[in-house]
Amino acid sequence: MQKRKISIKNLASKQIIIPLAALLLLVIFNLINDYTFFSIEWGQNAAGGSILTGSIISILDEASELAILAIGMTLVTAASGGQDISVGAGIAITGSATLKIIFNPNFGEGTAVILAILMAVLAGVICGAFNGVLVSAFKIPPMVATLILFTAGRSIGSWILGGGNDNATNGIFLKIGQYIPGIPIPTTILVTAVVIILFALIFKFTNLKLYMQAVGINSQSSRLNGLNPTMIKFLSFVILGICVGICGVLNTSRIGTINHSSCAKDIEMDAILAVALGGNALSGGKFSVTGAILGAYIIQFLQKTLYKIQVPASALYAFKAVVVIVLVIFSAPVVRESISRNWKKLTSKKSSKEVA
Amino acid sequence: MKKKILSAIMSVALIATTLVGCGSGDSASASSASGDAGSGKLIKVGIINNDPNESGYRTANDADLKKTFTKENGYDAQFAYSLKNDEQIQSAQKYITDGVDYLLLSAADTVGWDTVLKDAQNAGIKVILFDRTIDADPSLYEASIVSDMNKEGDTAVAWLASQGLSEYNIIHIQGVMGTAAQRGRSGALDTKVAAEASWNIVTQQTAEWNAENAQAIVQSVIDAGTPFNVIYAENDDMAKGAVAALDKAGKSHGVGKDVIVMGFDCNKWALEELLAQNWNYDGQCNPFQSSYIDEIIKKLEKGETIAEKTIIMDEKGFDASTITQDDVNNYGI
Repeated sequence: MQKRKISIKNLASKQIIIPLAALLLLVIFNLINDYTFFSIEWGQNAAGGSILTGSIISILDEASELAILAIGMTLVTAASGGQDISVGAGIAITGSATLKIIFNPNFGEGTAVILAILMAVLAGVICGAFNGVLVSAFKIPPMVATLILFTAGRSIGSWILGGGNDNATNGIFLKIGQYIPGIPIPTTILVTAVVIILFALIFKFTNLKLYMQAVGINSQSSRLNGLNPTMIKFLSFVILGICVGICGVLNTSRIGTINHSSCAKDIEMDAILAVALGGNALSGGKFSVTGAILGAYIIQFLQKTLYKIQVPASALYAFKAVVVIVLVIFSAPVVRESISRNWKKLTSKKSSKEVA
Repeated sequence: MKKKILSAIMSVALIATTLVGCGSGDSASASSASGDAGSGKLIKVGIINNDPNESGYRTANDADLKKTFTKENGYDAQFAYSLKNDEQIQSAQKYITDGVDYLLLSAADTVGWDTVLKDAQNAGIKVILFDRTIDADPSLYEASIVSDMNKEGDTAVAWLASQGLSEYNIIHIQGVMGTAAQRGRSGALDTKVAAEASWNIVTQQTAEWNAENAQAIVQSVIDAGTPFNVIYAENDDMAKGAVAALDKAGKSHGVGKDVIVMGFDCNKWALEELLAQNWNYDGQCNPFQSSYIDEIIKKLEKGETIAEKTIIMDEKGFDASTITQDDVNNYGI
């Protein structure tokens, strides 16, 4: 009994071990290439405040949106067994909603920021609810259902803003994308940390995770057990919508303006990749949010490494693809199981030899 | 089985409604056209463009065309938008059936236009290309009005050279690799860097016209501690992203500051940054082709011939130390 418990624990920890190994590999590569990559130093920002600088801080900063999206995407994947490909277009919508309020001269700086955040989250929830209804009530496959917003979202964003693109001058808003005076790390890192902690608390104190897994593994049997799969699937899309809303605020606050055709470009693919790198089955069911978040940081780490070693621009995506293929193959549940099975065989042989 | 039939009916209904939707839209525009035709001597033009939401450039381009081709100026204009070649070709066929006098075209794709343009020629419709060229026999169109991306790059690099820095350490942020704008704007800088010993590329990377990627690229140079004094970004969004990274790291930029910032496309907000002296240079990619087209049509109507088929537009480069509010108003897109 005792032994079995340990092996289950091993299996559970295996899912996280692959992204950790990938991260380790990147760390070792960078240590050999240039160990100053990891140095964190004190610097000064434009406002004269002292801040922490270094590649690691930048990675944590730049991966913020991806990490938040990865959480929502994991839930959607788990519950619906498919992915939402409209999150990039969704950020164009929620970002436009944010800027619409920020550009409105009738609000004070503080009020505008609070309203903008609420508006962005509301816009995100609407997008998520739209996708959610199509998937859960009309039983359209998620990829197809979200194709609608994927196609139309960027135009909707441009329509919301009405072409009135400008530079944001709201000081409080811009601090979200930069630094709060007196705090030496980028605000986006703080926001991401808060979001992650919130989700950790939700998973700890509610049965949400269990319900989503149950629906993802077998929605029919979960219904027979008294769950409402339609509601759970819908909820997963709404939660992703909230994440998209937060990302819209973060994304626009960095630059203070938006380009609908290029903002958060291809982020949906990176978010799905983060879910896969975290060792989650893209067909739904059991999931690890921690793995997906780690996956998001790995993707940014990889991007940073490619910038650092100055890969030629025309070869950037080929390099990325090669690394990603290797990582994804190793984190695929099938490969992982076979590795752990072989490993077990190897160790059991060893122990039997020792006994002999 | 029942379900299948039901879903089939539903999908047919769905397709039908979308078709009806399109159909009614088309008939509306057609009816307005026939109404205008009654007033007599108006020149009928069919304009096929890309979706105005595609970019600020396109929005400005569309607004400019709409401003010129009005009834007051003697035109009866119809507009069709699509980012897809086949839809554009359909619109062209519709214009040919409608019997327009001129077909103005900014093609989504360079190939596939031969047949429809021959049809136009047979119907006596004159074709003028704007903004984008196509792979077709030049005899099929009257004129082609385009930007010269190489010249845009040359103008920008010449401006940079005129700054007389003792050393140029350049962060070069490229657009989507292989696009005409990227090749033209990169080419000029690459040539100059190869020729001059004091010009160095600190890093050269594609940000795919995307502000966040540009910010990350500049941030990684800052993190590595490599000194640089020029940012050459191939569009305004990327320049803006680069500046966000500079702001974050407390590096000064603009006129008389540590880092020279260069962008392209002349968005209004970008020119305002120039006016505030936060950036140094912005190169124009001229979206205002309508006056050139207007001129050509007037010439053709008088029976004159167009000497040079390919017409390259004047494109400016703005310097932050000389730009005025009028420039921002006139050239900002």
